[in-house]
Amino acid sequence: MTYLPKPKLHHPSLQKNRVGFTRRDYEGAISTLCAGCGHDSISAAIIQACWELDIEPHRVAKLSGIGCSSKTPTYFLGQSHGFNTVHGRMPSVLTGANLANRELLYLGVSGDGDSASIGIGQFVHAIRRGVDMVYIVENNGVYGLTKGQFSATADQGSKSKKGAVNTDAPVDMVGMALQLGASFVARGFSGDKQQLVPILKAAMTHTGAAFVDVISPCVAFNNHPGSTKSYDYVREHNHALCRMDFIPPRVEITVDSHPPGEVREVRQHDGSMLRLRKLPDSHDTGDRVAAMNYLHECQARGEIVTGLLYVDPEAPDLHAHLDTAPVAFNRLAEPELCPGAAALARINAGLR
Amino acid sequence: MQPTDVRNPQYFHKVVDCQWACPAHTRVPEYIRLIAAGRFDDAYLLNWDSNVFPGILGRTCDRPCEPACRRGRVEENNGEKPEPVAICRLKRVAADNRSNDIDKCMRERLPGQIPGAENFRVACVGAGPASLTVARDLAPLGYRVTVFDADPKGGGFMRTQVPRFRLPEHVIDEEVGYVLDLGVELVGNRRIDSLRKLLEENYDAVFIGCGAPRGRDLQIPGRGENADRIHVGIEWLASVYFGHVKRVGQRVLVLGGGNTAMDCCRSARRLGGDDVKVIVRSGYEEMKASPWEKEDAEHEGVEILNWLNPKSFVHENGKLTGMWFTPMREERDAKGKRKLLPTGEPDRFFACDEVLIAVGQENAFPWIERDLGMAFDEWGMPKLDKLTMQSSLPKVFFGGDAAFGPKNIIWAVEHGHQAAVSIHNFLQDEDVRKRPPPLSNLVSQKMGIHEWTYDNDISPDERYVVPWAPKEKTLADIKQEVELGFDLSTACKEAERCLNCDVQTVFSKDVCIECDACVDVCPMDCITFTANGDEADLRERLTAPAQNPQQDLYVSDPVKTGRVMVKDEDVCLHCGLCAERCPTGAWDMQRFLFAESYAGRGEGYSARPAKKVAA
Repeated sequence: MTYLPKPKLHHPSLQKNRVGFTRRDYEGAISTLCAGCGHDSISAAIIQACWELDIEPHRVAKLSGIGCSSKTPTYFLGQSHGFNTVHGRMPSVLTGANLANRELLYLGVSGDGDSASIGIGQFVHAIRRGVDMVYIVENNGVYGLTKGQFSATADQGSKSKKGAVNTDAPVDMVGMALQLGASFVARGFSGDKQQLVPILKAAMTHTGAAFVDVISPCVAFNNHPGSTKSYDYVREHNHALCRMDFIPPRVEITVDSHPPGEVREVRQHDGSMLRLRKLPDSHDTGDRVAAMNYLHECQARGEIVTGLLYVDPEAPDLHAHLDTAPVAFNRLAEPELCPGAAALARINAGLR
Repeated sequence: MQPTDVRNPQYFHKVVDCQWACPAHTRVPEYIRLIAAGRFDDAYLLNWDSNVFPGILGRTCDRPCEPACRRGRVEENNGEKPEPVAICRLKRVAADNRSNDIDKCMRERLPGQIPGAENFRVACVGAGPASLTVARDLAPLGYRVTVFDADPKGGGFMRTQVPRFRLPEHVIDEEVGYVLDLGVELVGNRRIDSLRKLLEENYDAVFIGCGAPRGRDLQIPGRGENADRIHVGIEWLASVYFGHVKRVGQRVLVLGGGNTAMDCCRSARRLGGDDVKVIVRSGYEEMKASPWEKEDAEHEGVEILNWLNPKSFVHENGKLTGMWFTPMREERDAKGKRKLLPTGEPDRFFACDEVLIAVGQENAFPWIERDLGMAFDEWGMPKLDKLTMQSSLPKVFFGGDAAFGPKNIIWAVEHGHQAAVSIHNFLQDEDVRKRPPPLSNLVSQKMGIHEWTYDNDISPDERYVVPWAPKEKTLADIKQEVELGFDLSTACKEAERCLNCDVQTVFSKDVCIECDACVDVCPMDCITFTANGDEADLRERLTAPAQNPQQDLYVSDPVKTGRVMVKDEDVCLHCGLCAERCPTGAWDMQRFLFAESYAGRGEGYSARPAKKVAA
């Protein structure tokens, strides 16, 4: 960490995006996390993705719970809306905010403690309901803020910094998200922004519950030999499913020079295109069951599978399920928000 | 690309742009830090050791360091007007605030006497900056140095041609005095008019630092008449200094676009010239005068007219009434070589009462007998070894404007240092071409987790302006100095703008875990981890494209993933955030010291005094 604010001076060639912001404009306060924390790299990837997507900062709401990961929204998108909720309660606050104003981009930023332990119930239901959001779990396998106890995602048999062996079976959040009906499921690694930034861009443009698990080494308490979430271990066991190019809707999609079979394209609801390279023939990103099988196969081989595992570009979200108003509540006038006693009587009659 | 070898001192030396650009390689960031710390004596002595005339240069230097200053590049697209640190004017702050008895500390920082050196006598011709530097370097070693000058006092051009409103005389007296006080003999009022006779006086070595004393004239119709109204600029400036000229006509034309022309026009404004015009053959931008000198002249109401070639002087009834000029334009041939051609427009007439010709200076060596065996080139310049400044007569050395034509004070100083090394080698029967190795080392500045020995918080301030004496006062009195110098609080703020480029970012690839923390935190996007490639390819692929080929890429050996760390040195703020963010200490901020070695120094010599000088 550092006490100095990052100097405002920037590279003379720094470009503005279509909405008039430089990448530096998407930064937040200087991070107070430990030097070398994977979470800071994820913040940098979020900043890069938002800049590249020409997102207006005031159209983003970032919500988080408690923990190292949940501190990070302070360190990116300083001009966006933020809500630091109670421990593990980010998903319900996010769901409520989303119902009230569906026009914002919702970033739920959480960690393995916040989402796989205290908040696991909240996590389950937000995914299950198909809330339109990007749910990012910054997964380091330990409770960093309380000095490195194993978290619920720590692998069985992995060692703590002081040598204790974890005997509990891990919660696999990617597997859970697939099983719970998330319409976009991916895993990234904080040490590989080339892979992570396109994943985040695809997730941000996805309509529905997008879940991104990001392995993020804790340099202070979980970056030693015997850990399965250290920089070295993840690099050695990373099975990158695919490299993805994110092609925004406005870009004309040109004929690709790759030989057929190696590239698969997925067109998303907003017109953007996900171009997946070097996907194994056996894997179909549109097949939820295949994705779950593939995940478990890799796990059995001791590999950490990263990349986009599953996407359903046409999945309905919570608003579709509930047939809600097409605009944010703050754009509705009183007659629409309070349609009166007659309307209530009609609803009640419909339920008799 | 091959990994960068940071053990080669020239790599990091080049990163310190100001020091690299300075002919004398003065350690600029170090003295700026000393000023900010209130250690004015140390700042002054560091300068004095390197450039001998901090007070003079702090007012008159051509400042090659400032266009090179990284701050100017860093501020591009980051505010109103990108400006370098006011390095030159900070040097003056050190001089203005030094202790009165600083000369007592000077000897402590100089090498001691060499046994037997007192048997050698060295003559210096001309008491300008080059000769005085030779004297400063050789006298402490014990050599007996005699400096000859046609004028009664030392200082040369600095005293007689640089006007007093830019450089007060007491500053020259003090700094020339420091050199003479080292035991140097000054023989004033003695013009050397024969090298043969000087050599017959049996000096063991002779240094010629007589400058480029002849102002170029302009032989065009009408030049022969009214000689008292048409002057050669540098001679006229000397006459002003000696008090022979006290007034000038009301309407004055100054011909030429160099710094002498600026000194002439500004002097004319102070001696009764109400309507002073500088007329230049070529364009405004390409004028040789420093931009700030042009600004200063214009600020004082001087008009600068460009693209006008002097054609003739006009005299009526025996009186100078004006001059004709031909409008010019430029044309480039296929090779890009520039030619000035008349535009074809009608000639223009400018009325005037007096003309100052400042179209350049020439070297002249009528006093060196050609049968002495010294080799001269086709332009009448002595043939010299550029490294040693030695002429074809082994015991005769040159420096300053006398060596390669008109340059400036700081180049004269550097010539002096190099000539002194050569003379020392020559007298000690060593190889004259041998140069003592520079002093160089690299030391970590880390004091704690986020504590460094230097202030790494980058000041966002724009360049501070040096206050000026009011125009009514400066134009009324030619001896009134225009610039007043920074006051201490402004000086400290200006010093904070320095990026401490001598505190280097040093990378150790063995401990890097590739967490990207340095890449993410770097405000200037200097750092990239990527696959290696050739330089042109790498420059395109970095986090921010490296578009300044003058600035090196720092490339590491491959890290664990096989990639390399590439750092573009161009706009690094030296803020140390990469090192603060690095969890393993793979980045460290290390202060790089590079000091040229002068005569009698070398390995084992320390420029630090045995005891600390009180601030």
